[in-house]
Amino acid sequence: MHDIHSLTRRGFLKAGSLAGGGLLLSFYLPLPAKGRGLKTPSPTLFTPNAFISISPDNSIKILCNHSEMGQGAYTALTQIVADEMDADWSMISVEPAPANAALYACPAFGMQLTGGSASTNSEYDRLRRVGASARSMLITAAAREWQIDAALLHTENGSVFGPAGKKATYGELVEKSAGILPPKPEGLKLKDPKDFKFIGKSLNRIEVQSKINGSAIFGLDVMIPGMLVAVIERPPVFGSKVKSFNPAKTKSVPGVKHVVQIERGIAVVATGYWAAKKGREVLEIDWDLGPLLNSETLRTDYLELAGTPGKIAAKEGDVTNTSGAATTIEAIYELPFLNHAQMEPLNCTADVKPDSCDIYIGTQGQTIDQMTAAKILGMNPDKVKIHTQLLGGAFGRRAIFDGHITAEAVQTSKAIGEPVKVMWSREDDLKGGYYRPVSLHKLTASIDKNNNPYSWHHRIVCQSFIIGTALESMVVKDGVDTIAVEGASELPYAFPNVQVEWHRGMNLVPTLWMRSVGHSYNAYVKECFIDELATAAGKDPYQFRRGLMDNHTRLRNVLDVAASISGWGKALPAGRARGIAVHESFKSFIAQVAEVSVSNDGKLTVHKVWVAIDCGPVINPGNVRAQMEGSVIFGLTSALYGNISFKEGKVEQSNYYDYKMLRINEAPEVEVKIIDSTASMGGVGEPGVPCVAPTVANAVFVLTKKRLRQLPFPANVRS
Amino acid sequence: MITLNINGSNREVDAPEDMPLLWALRENLGLSGTKYGCGVAQCGACTVHINGEAVRSCVTTLSRAAGQKIVTIEGLDDDISRRIQDAWVAADVPQCGYCQSGQIMSAHVLLRENPNPTDKDIDDGMAGNICRCGTYQRIRKAIHMAAKK
Ligand code: FES
Ligand code: FES
Repeated sequence: MHDIHSLTRRGFLKAGSLAGGGLLLSFYLPLPAKGRGLKTPSPTLFTPNAFISISPDNSIKILCNHSEMGQGAYTALTQIVADEMDADWSMISVEPAPANAALYACPAFGMQLTGGSASTNSEYDRLRRVGASARSMLITAAAREWQIDAALLHTENGSVFGPAGKKATYGELVEKSAGILPPKPEGLKLKDPKDFKFIGKSLNRIEVQSKINGSAIFGLDVMIPGMLVAVIERPPVFGSKVKSFNPAKTKSVPGVKHVVQIERGIAVVATGYWAAKKGREVLEIDWDLGPLLNSETLRTDYLELAGTPGKIAAKEGDVTNTSGAATTIEAIYELPFLNHAQMEPLNCTADVKPDSCDIYIGTQGQTIDQMTAAKILGMNPDKVKIHTQLLGGAFGRRAIFDGHITAEAVQTSKAIGEPVKVMWSREDDLKGGYYRPVSLHKLTASIDKNNNPYSWHHRIVCQSFIIGTALESMVVKDGVDTIAVEGASELPYAFPNVQVEWHRGMNLVPTLWMRSVGHSYNAYVKECFIDELATAAGKDPYQFRRGLMDNHTRLRNVLDVAASISGWGKALPAGRARGIAVHESFKSFIAQVAEVSVSNDGKLTVHKVWVAIDCGPVINPGNVRAQMEGSVIFGLTSALYGNISFKEGKVEQSNYYDYKMLRINEAPEVEVKIIDSTASMGGVGEPGVPCVAPTVANAVFVLTKKRLRQLPFPANVRS
Repeated sequence: MITLNINGSNREVDAPEDMPLLWALRENLGLSGTKYGCGVAQCGACTVHINGEAVRSCVTTLSRAAGQKIVTIEGLDDDISRRIQDAWVAADVPQCGYCQSGQIMSAHVLLRENPNPTDKDIDDGMAGNICRCGTYQRIRKAIHMAAKK
């Protein structure tokens, strides 16, 4: 997802109010409900702020405002709070915060949203204060109890200590903390980073036990009393509508309880999934199909667009002046629609009651879900309770502007007057749209007579999933969707003449961000084409890049580190080759090197990938490594297999047999080097993805002398 | 009524014979540790043991499962299981965690049949389990750790 950190505060407010009906921003330190004159919390707990609740038995509950989808937010964010409050790690548990944008909005988005690789870097300052403030209040409580100057007290491992062996655990101070107010922000003392105990340590994932013994509850596992299960028959072609339907056969299937029409299709509601699925199989629907998309005609349209000038996304010098160009190269690159294919198919459980609604969902966007349900039901948002579950992967698919996953469940529950879990089959999920957009790129670049870079011209054709949403005013600049062109518009290589353009592709396929978003295609194109230019200049691809990066020192440094740890330039066994790529995204800097081989019949093997990352200060190095390891698999899956295509309007792929995932026998070794850095903090969930495919493609070229300008790679990379 | 022997006890399930075991486990018996990922024997998220073999419960009908000894992730309770689960924690394998029940059920059979697997053995034994989060490197490491103990 896109980082909108840099956008104006006014922009945030606007987005917030558009998406959330007038949100307060809580950049700072929200008080618990009590301090805001709302419900009084139980007197047996101490809730110094909206994120922390301490029990007399010393257990501490952290209410996490970011969803856990595998990226490690629960652990990293808790490390920050726990460190500043000097908590006992073994006594901490995490629960998802309720939907309440006033208290829990992500500072990067102005609403409760997990994405943009922003959870840790956007919350770091606030959560340090959250922890430090709690710690200060506990010290104040002990000082008051012992009648000692607070300056004489210190904290460690979940207790306050005073002179003469005085000690009180945080749990013992719960009752003594009544009435103590948070310290003034100015007076809050944060730790010296050298005193960090948890920040910077590879602590295990805090919910790991539940994920190895089957007890972790994901959205799909939710069971509430009286709950029915529904599957939805959705349009077979995007944009089509139900003309009429006949529920008779479906209703005769044992277990089927209701067949109801909702906005997006027909819901078959039954006592369980199997009955609902069986019922849906015999449902008769007459669809008004509308226009039928074919991948081939789409490609023709995009190619034609690429031949005409687009809207300017970046410009320097004059690319039309070719006087200094000695050698010019041109290429077309094409990348397909992709499905997120998170392991847990989409689902949502809704329990609509006359004047309230409970929603159980693994979501990245609580605020949007809450607003969506409130609007459908005509209720105040505070009557809609979102119970966030663990997410079995997400990669952006569970952060949707139109809240359709929630809307289906709410509409179904409303229609039948009973609680219902709407389940998507794998096929429903795969064919359900909201794909990473297809893109086509036309590139022209030149070098001068001394083989120095002269011009770079990149024209992108792809859809916008931002135009028409609450984010439009923040993201669209001079008619250009800056998310669509991210990773292309800020070229890190010094060319005297640069131009990047964008054409908005139009069709009915709903598209969405997918892990690394615009960078996922633009980095591929940029890093492959710069490699092509290095070849044209007769230069080593690492050195060629390096020489153009004087103004990008953090990026150049990771390039050097990746080259060094991978032994760039050293001899390899026969039949092996290395490729390299470097890219900045989500405020992190990454370079990768891949070592590959290609069999005589063109089968590619990726043996090892080296990753150098500078993401600034690191909260949990083990998790940074995990994200890099996972990103390599994710990027390689897209490069080798990822493709959603259309024929006669229908998605051609169905399930994991024709939308393949990389498996363990194809998984390369991944070695990660994290740069020691005190510079600004970046994200880690997404930035590991963009370099993977170009790194591998550039290595393949060394062996085959063939450029791979279309993703996914052909099964025979020599063909 | 169909009688299923699950994790050592007999349970009655009122469901059609052609219904896959997965749904009986998850919906009729509340054993939600066994996951649905694809429904067509492609991803391994639904892996359980039947008479000690790793099987895909999403394509195993109740009529086939009836009377057999079924073990789910919730019922793992032997030395191999403990070694695997300890190693999974030590290597901090899970990310989203959704595939991990299935991974562990497959790893269990692999280690029982081959107490000291090579990387190649692990790749062969675990290739039926997809992890979209890409935890494969740590799965390999954890299986080696569990084997060595
Ligand atoms: S759900 Fe059974 S193999 Fe995927
Ligand atoms: S840990 Fe997420 S799919 Fe494996």
